[in-house]
Amino acid sequence: MATHRRIDVSKLGDVTIVRFLDKKILDEAGILELGTELFGLVELENRKSLLLNFAGVEFLSSAALGKLITLDRKVKSNKGRMKMSNIRPEILEVFQITKLNKIFDIRKEEAEAVSAFE
Amino acid sequence: MSHQKPPTDPSVQPSRRPDAAEWRREIELPSERGASRLITEDLLEQLGVHGWSPSDIFAIHLAAEEAIVNAIVHGNKLDPGKVVRVACVVSPTLARIEVTDEGPGFDPGSVPDCRLEDRLDAPNGRGVMLMRTFMTRIEYNARGNRVLMEKQRSPAEG
Repeated sequence: MATHRRIDVSKLGDVTIVRFLDKKILDEAGILELGTELFGLVELENRKSLLLNFAGVEFLSSAALGKLITLDRKVKSNKGRMKMSNIRPEILEVFQITKLNKIFDIRKEEAEAVSAFE
Repeated sequence: MSHQKPPTDPSVQPSRRPDAAEWRREIELPSERGASRLITEDLLEQLGVHGWSPSDIFAIHLAAEEAIVNAIVHGNKLDPGKVVRVACVVSPTLARIEVTDEGPGFDPGSVPDCRLEDRLDAPNGRGVMLMRTFMTRIEYNARGNRVLMEKQRSPAEG
């Protein structure tokens, strides 16, 4: 299993739960590293059911949005599924403004997102 | 010596400015990734000091971050010989941020709308849109290497 510096990865049944270790996802070097770690879950570890839990994340920039979009593409092309949960209102507004809520499956809480995989 | 003045508090600004409640800062940032924090940390602190709400602070932070990163990465193309100038004003009712780079400029009208169906999953091109949405006013100069953004304080909820 790969070592991660930007994310915490756990499993619940078949679902891989990813939590973010940075409260503010804006530093570009950090975002590059975050992307590498997230993409590795799909491309190296072949994880099919990914849940991104944003609890504790207070801020993310458009560069971070770009990584999430690329991750979503990789998951879909690997015939996997990705969901998100625990997004604070300000960040949810960013998803809504950019209409990313149309391509991301966003749930309120982690438990709801986990059961949505079944 | 009994009437000696207490030491001057360095955080108290001279009162000859027109509006003593206003915070102003101009800074030159190097064209390096991560340089934005040299100004955004103070900006966030001052927005809090001036009583801005957490959601307004989030909006201004996002707009400032996007504008500065665009200037460093797309404007100056990370050229160590170029700087990004940032000028900020924060009052209890208005936040103004001006970001100038030394690049050739760009046409903000040429950025495609990331909300169009066929561009929804494009990884880039959201920064300018977020700046426009979150700020009250945003203007580019003719050359396109300087952006001026303002936000009026949102009315209190309820």
